[in-house]
Amino acid sequence: MSAAQGGGDSKLFARGKVAELRLELNSGSKKDKNFTQKKIALKKIVANMTMSNNDMVGLFPDIVACMAIQSLEIKKMCFLYLVNYARMKPDIAVKAIPVLEHDMEDPNPLVRALALRTMSYIHVREFVEATVPLVKHLLRDIDPYVRKTAAFCVAKLYDHDRHMVEASDLIDRLNNLLRDDNPTVVASALASLMDIWERSDAIKLTIDYSNASKMVAILADCSEWGQTYILEALMSYVPQESGEALLLAERIAPRLSHSNSSVVLTCIRVILYLMNYISDQKQISALCRKLSPPLVTLLAKGPEVQYLALRNALLILQRRPEVLRNDIRVFFCKYNDPIYVKVTKLELIFMLANEKNIDEVLTELREYATEIDVHFVRKAVRAIGKLAIKIEPAAKRCINLLLELVSTKVTYIVQEATVVIRNIFRKYPNQYESIIGTLCEHLDSLDEPEAKAAMVWVIGQYASRIENSDALLEDFLYSFAEEPVEVQLALLTATVKLFIQRPTKGQDLVPRVLKWATEETDNPDLRDRAYMYWRLLSTDMESAKRIVMGEKPAITAESERLDPVTLEEMCLNVGTLATVYLKPVQTVFRNARPRKLPDSPCLQRPDYLDYATAHQLPNPKSLSQFGQGHQPSDFDPRVPGSRPAPPSSANNTQSQQGGNLAQAVHDADAYFTQQANQQAAVNDADAYFAQQMRQMQIQQPGDSFGGDAGHYGYGQGYVVSQSSAYQPGMGGMNGMGGMNGAQGDLLL
Amino acid sequence: MASAIFFLDLKGKTLLARNYRGDIPMSAVEKFPILLSEAEEESSAVPPCFSHEGINYLYIRHNNLYLLALTKRNTNAAEILLFLHKIVEVFTEYFKALEEESIRDNFVIIYELLDEMMDFGYPQTTESKILQEYITQESHKLEIQARPPIAVTNAVSWRSEGIRYRKNEVFLDVIESLNLLVSANGNVLRSEILGAIKMKCYLSGMPELRLGLNDKVMFETTGRTTRGKAIEMEDVKFHQCVRLSRFENDRTISFIPPDGEFELMSYRLNTQVKPLIWVECVVESHSGSRIEYMLKARAQFKRRSTANNVEIIVPVPDDADTPRFRTNVGSVHYAPEKSAIVWKIKQFGGGKEFLMRAELGLPSVRGDDEHGGGMTGGFGGSMGGVGAPGKGAKRPIQVKFEIPYFTTSGIQVRYLKITEPKLQYPSLPWVRYITQSGDIAVRLPDAV
Repeated sequence: MSAAQGGGDSKLFARGKVAELRLELNSGSKKDKNFTQKKIALKKIVANMTMSNNDMVGLFPDIVACMAIQSLEIKKMCFLYLVNYARMKPDIAVKAIPVLEHDMEDPNPLVRALALRTMSYIHVREFVEATVPLVKHLLRDIDPYVRKTAAFCVAKLYDHDRHMVEASDLIDRLNNLLRDDNPTVVASALASLMDIWERSDAIKLTIDYSNASKMVAILADCSEWGQTYILEALMSYVPQESGEALLLAERIAPRLSHSNSSVVLTCIRVILYLMNYISDQKQISALCRKLSPPLVTLLAKGPEVQYLALRNALLILQRRPEVLRNDIRVFFCKYNDPIYVKVTKLELIFMLANEKNIDEVLTELREYATEIDVHFVRKAVRAIGKLAIKIEPAAKRCINLLLELVSTKVTYIVQEATVVIRNIFRKYPNQYESIIGTLCEHLDSLDEPEAKAAMVWVIGQYASRIENSDALLEDFLYSFAEEPVEVQLALLTATVKLFIQRPTKGQDLVPRVLKWATEETDNPDLRDRAYMYWRLLSTDMESAKRIVMGEKPAITAESERLDPVTLEEMCLNVGTLATVYLKPVQTVFRNARPRKLPDSPCLQRPDYLDYATAHQLPNPKSLSQFGQGHQPSDFDPRVPGSRPAPPSSANNTQSQQGGNLAQAVHDADAYFTQQANQQAAVNDADAYFAQQMRQMQIQQPGDSFGGDAGHYGYGQGYVVSQSSAYQPGMGGMNGMGGMNGAQGDLLL
Repeated sequence: MASAIFFLDLKGKTLLARNYRGDIPMSAVEKFPILLSEAEEESSAVPPCFSHEGINYLYIRHNNLYLLALTKRNTNAAEILLFLHKIVEVFTEYFKALEEESIRDNFVIIYELLDEMMDFGYPQTTESKILQEYITQESHKLEIQARPPIAVTNAVSWRSEGIRYRKNEVFLDVIESLNLLVSANGNVLRSEILGAIKMKCYLSGMPELRLGLNDKVMFETTGRTTRGKAIEMEDVKFHQCVRLSRFENDRTISFIPPDGEFELMSYRLNTQVKPLIWVECVVESHSGSRIEYMLKARAQFKRRSTANNVEIIVPVPDDADTPRFRTNVGSVHYAPEKSAIVWKIKQFGGGKEFLMRAELGLPSVRGDDEHGGGMTGGFGGSMGGVGAPGKGAKRPIQVKFEIPYFTTSGIQVRYLKITEPKLQYPSLPWVRYITQSGDIAVRLPDAV
């Protein structure tokens, strides 16, 4: 309690000159028994170090001279200096080694541990070499405080020079520490071993049932952090029998009541892992029931923990839906939740929405759609549209709500609604076209490419029903040359559709548009598509009609899910950073050790794996829901090569591509669904398609994360629900609100 | 696991840092304020973790400080974020308050603490009581005594031996807060009771404590019947001193407490509760020039209880003026800085009902749907990063109060047994109950 109240040391933060400080440091006369002056001088030096005044390096010899003074306060400051500057002056730093060695024989364990800890932080060869024999000795110190420090020291040495450690018997000695009778020492040894294992392929960490059982036995005697380390280490235990897994899960379950959320989340991770090896479905349900309350309780914590819990809830909901089945209301947003919490809650609400709770959900989403944060409002509107697609019986209610929101005339709501309504038309053809009139009333408020493209698509698709479709299109075409390519492509297709459905109305427009799109553009997509139409229209109108107005593959809203492989990996990483980003570990952490469920006689093959083999899962894919800039459109992106998917398998995915691309391909796609009876056209379209695919690869959001472009190969999708806005490293930073071409939060 | 920990001021300038692993250049911190402000342009709040060029930034904000951890690995994020919170807790106990000034005023001891609380990026001892036993300015004057307390590596890592009190006393505070979300038409969308049992423990030696509650599950497992109400806790969290396996087995709450103040446990009940203070509100807009609020508040708890310091905060449009109020109880004032009117009632008896009418002028002609800083304020609203909660956001009515000697859940402390086998002293446990409003939000209805 008596600690440094009123410290008042800020006055020492003045930029000091080396010569003056040296004088002050050495001025202490013999009368200065408590080294008061030395301490003040040292504090000034440390203050300068804190201010990154690197001139202080010049004082190295003087500091080394002070080290041997028998005062803990002086020692600590000198050691701090040493750790900071040793690499800049290794030749002088080595002179401190004898002092440190001497301190490691001090009767006070605090001094021994301090000296060892200090020495092992220093990345200088002489220090590392000198530390090895000392660590060996101190791993067997009589005081557990020193042993625990020595345990971490091995991991530090491994970091400095792995070959030296591997050549020594340090790791064996560390292993022996696992039999220590002090739980804190055991937990520290485990943490150290895990740290080494994470970086090394040379070391295998095998934990059998009896090891695991012993680890669990000391769990209760460890500090909260020690418990976290032990629980993490349990992830390396591979159950060989269902009963073992169950017993262990039950034994660690009491940790779910720990007040430290990190213990709780790590415990959830281990239990979820062990469930994979438990055969009894009833027991799994019982465990699931245990996981639910702690997870919900985390939502009452501070925003950081809450966010973490919510991100993990997204995973757990996909892997073990029973855990969170009960109450959607716990995810309803508070008005003062930070936006990142709100957005994640919205995703959970979407995922949990079903026929039973849809009315409640829509009332809630209506509330969100009138909030102030544009980003959030857009996502809410988008969610409503996606619910129309997900829950067929509620489609009408969703659409009514969308129309109600459109009537507010708030531009970004209108734009967002336009985009989702386009998808609703795709999902339910010939059912809701009566609302086209309402949409047309708001044409003027559309200024975002995505919304414009969506509206143009609607006009083209329903050209025969919209009385003045030609006039509307002509209005849009007025600014054709200035439009972004996404809109130009949509206009081109829509004009062709108009012409096919109402030749007399479209005959003036088509030649103009085709001319612009072939002669006055530099964009190869646009040009190629225009040529294709041109040829198609001039060859055979009947085929053109079949191709352009062909039936489109259905879309669904169920593709927000992670692919099974990624999901499995993420569940093994519950509570880690990767689960916040919701990205496969390797894409963000290139050097991370890949994790998957180890095989074992009792490994329960999850249903999704059966599904995967049965369907030869073409590509793990997914999408972010409520994406920023990207719209599902009529294109199936699962196709790995240049060949489109056969129609039979093309019907349950949504496109992730930038709208321009998707639009570009969709007619070609439709073409294939019609089956080729014109070989020439097939070849044409095929070539076209192939080219589009190449194009697409170039358009991948490039270096999105940690310079990791290679991982975003085409067809390798995954959910990235965290919007790019939150990852400043990503290309998608420039402009939210659907303006950002091919760089939304969808990384295919 | 963290590679380095930084303390930064709100401009992003480093005040003090500790490098634990040396695998990330310390200059990476210079990117932090830039990344933060970039992200703030996109969104009103930046998530606590983000990644840039292979470096992960995890941060929390406290007073005028950022606490930041960097790592390259796929770290246990909960561990690091909670560790940052622990630093706040420990430093606050050491320096009374943790803010920019306290960093420089105490930099030497901060370095010492950072060296002790984390080793190679792994959290170590974070119990401030224990740390204070061997990391103090005073201890340096008595060089020889400074030794690691046994508690640092002991199974009982939160209490040291040899504590003595002349009078052995324990104070228990049962504090419940009620969180409610009520829709504009009066439906309770979400209700939740968050309870906590806080202790002040002034006991000698190594006392063994056992706490008995009217826990329904406990009664069921032990086959005991009870008169009176038993409560069903949906989830319970315990301080690390409580033996969790014992609780799992027979619901016994047994522990050796830390010395002094701490939170023994917290619990959550999801039971549907009716709002203790029910607020109904009708908003009337008169051709856009005047807005009128009619509020009815009713205390829905027993007559013998009383709610103290009741505050009902009603959001009003930002530019409202000339307020006029009428009420039969308490006082009403207009708080333009919060864009709200605040109705205060010192004492609100159970079963009572009160009314309040407020009328405010609006300076300019505007649409009907704009009350409460509603949707239209949203044009480009959060783009400039001004979307801070409170102002401008679509705010609900908030209700605040305290009801002493009362818990919503009906939780009761049945007994607290204290035994210290060696010292065998008499001791006195005291219990208090209080209910507080937590986060009570009643969504404002549309104006008619």
